[in-house]
Amino acid sequence: MSDAILKLEGVYTNIAQYHILQGVDLEVPRGAVTMLLGRNGVGKTTTLRTVIGHWRAHQGRILFDGEDITKMPTPAIARMGLGFVPEDMGIFADLTVEENMVLAAASGPINSARLDWIFAAFPPLKTFWKSDAGTLSGGQKQMLSIARAMVEERKLYLIDEPTKGLAPAIISTMARALKDLKDQGASVLLVEQNFAVAKALGDSANVMDDGRMIWSGEMQELATDAALQERLMGLSLEAH
Amino acid sequence: MTAAPEHAPKMAEVTFRDRIAPHMPVLLVPLIAIAGFIAIQNPSSWLTLTVSGLAMGMMIFIMASGLTLVFGLMDVINFGHGAFVSVGAFVGISVLMLLGHMTEAPSLMLNLGAILLAVIGAMLATGLMGWAFEKVIVEPVYGHHLKQILVTMGGLIVVEQLIIVLWGPEEIYILRPEALKGAITFAGAAIEKYRLVAVGVGLVVFLAMRWVLRRTKIGLIVRAGVENGEMVQALGYRLRLVFVGVFIAGSALAGLGGVMWGLYQEVITAHMGNHAMILIFIVVIIGGLGSVEGCFIGALLVGLLQNYIAFIEPKAALISNIALMVAILMWRPMGMIPVVKAK
Repeated sequence: MSDAILKLEGVYTNIAQYHILQGVDLEVPRGAVTMLLGRNGVGKTTTLRTVIGHWRAHQGRILFDGEDITKMPTPAIARMGLGFVPEDMGIFADLTVEENMVLAAASGPINSARLDWIFAAFPPLKTFWKSDAGTLSGGQKQMLSIARAMVEERKLYLIDEPTKGLAPAIISTMARALKDLKDQGASVLLVEQNFAVAKALGDSANVMDDGRMIWSGEMQELATDAALQERLMGLSLEAH
Repeated sequence: MTAAPEHAPKMAEVTFRDRIAPHMPVLLVPLIAIAGFIAIQNPSSWLTLTVSGLAMGMMIFIMASGLTLVFGLMDVINFGHGAFVSVGAFVGISVLMLLGHMTEAPSLMLNLGAILLAVIGAMLATGLMGWAFEKVIVEPVYGHHLKQILVTMGGLIVVEQLIIVLWGPEEIYILRPEALKGAITFAGAAIEKYRLVAVGVGLVVFLAMRWVLRRTKIGLIVRAGVENGEMVQALGYRLRLVFVGVFIAGSALAGLGGVMWGLYQEVITAHMGNHAMILIFIVVIIGGLGSVEGCFIGALLVGLLQNYIAFIEPKAALISNIALMVAILMWRPMGMIPVVKAK
């Protein structure tokens, strides 16, 4: 595949004495949603954190939009157009919702059309615009975390488990917003454990185990093959 | 279809205690002032002591504010912060000595002008020194608290000895500018003029810091960085540069505090910064590491309490600050206004 927005080639990442990523190969095509799947603790979050530069790859290469970012500092990688939604949401609790958003729009004032789009996707953010982000509910915090990434157009969105621990009603709000993002032609690398969401959004899927990529293919193919799911992840996704 | 179970949640009344809890730290200042009034029983003495306590608190705040941000933002424990206080005092007082014609004139404007020039000189010198200190001493020990304590302590000793080399080992006694000597009488209480200046300068510094932190983008980055530096970087901001800027500003503020403190004590020594560090650490800890507001309130509490206790029971003044710290940490172990850390 030549038109990959992000490419990992044999990436190894160690955290202290632990060898977490052991030769990860991954291609994220432009303008599509790529799922990163696998059981807990196989290295999905570490893969995303290595891409953004929070952890450093000890070996291998990471190419973003054709440029080698393996050794680049995190702020430089982010400024190249990478929006990151971490697993812990990373919201600034002492800042208001507005301040969180202003900060996320690193290149200048917030575009009002974009803000309207975000408010339409996540109405509570408009309601609590002037409130401290720390006072939001878990679901609202997740909305804010994703909205922060969406506040500017990014070349690639890295989103780590956006529906983790959320109530079903909020999961559907989240899924709708991500679908919206997808329909706009955004490139997304999404870690997601919720099968319904993964199936609805994913174009392609990559499954990890033990710090390596063990399967890559179409999301549809994985979604329809329970035996394959069983073999790759030790359980059927439907059982989730 | 079965009917949904009846669900009529009742909102519990917020108790008075819950409502005032967030404002308790701010309320502590007037509470201590009222307690002091009751204990002292003499309104004019109380007023003198209160202004004196506020002035002392403001100066401690100016010296401490940089330290709390440096710790909050980069987890750096800088025991060398006192060096900037000493250097600020020596540079500032040297400038004042050069401006004898301005300080000896009985004109308030000329006197304040001289102090302003001294402050600018001191802040430039300590700001520059802060930049070098960060580069040479602090940068190599990021993430290692023990090394930070040792190496910044070493830096403090080196700077103290350099002051002795440059200005000599003797204490330098200073005279305040002409118009700031003596006291004014207000409601029967004698209030030293210089203390009013100190209160004014402290308030201006606090309000300016608050404005920068709340109303500017750089302030947003600093506040967010104190909470979760990793995420600030993931949004594209070079936190390292911001940190160097904060370190320089904090050092310059310590220099300003040094000039004010020197003029307040009317004597400066190479070790004055080191001595002030005890008070500085106390207010930074009771305020909540990384919190500018907490640091401000903590400094006022320390200033007021020390003055009241010194009047009521002089011997107890020695332990009043430590007792205050113990009491506040028992009440709020993370300090009065704890900063939420992401990790």
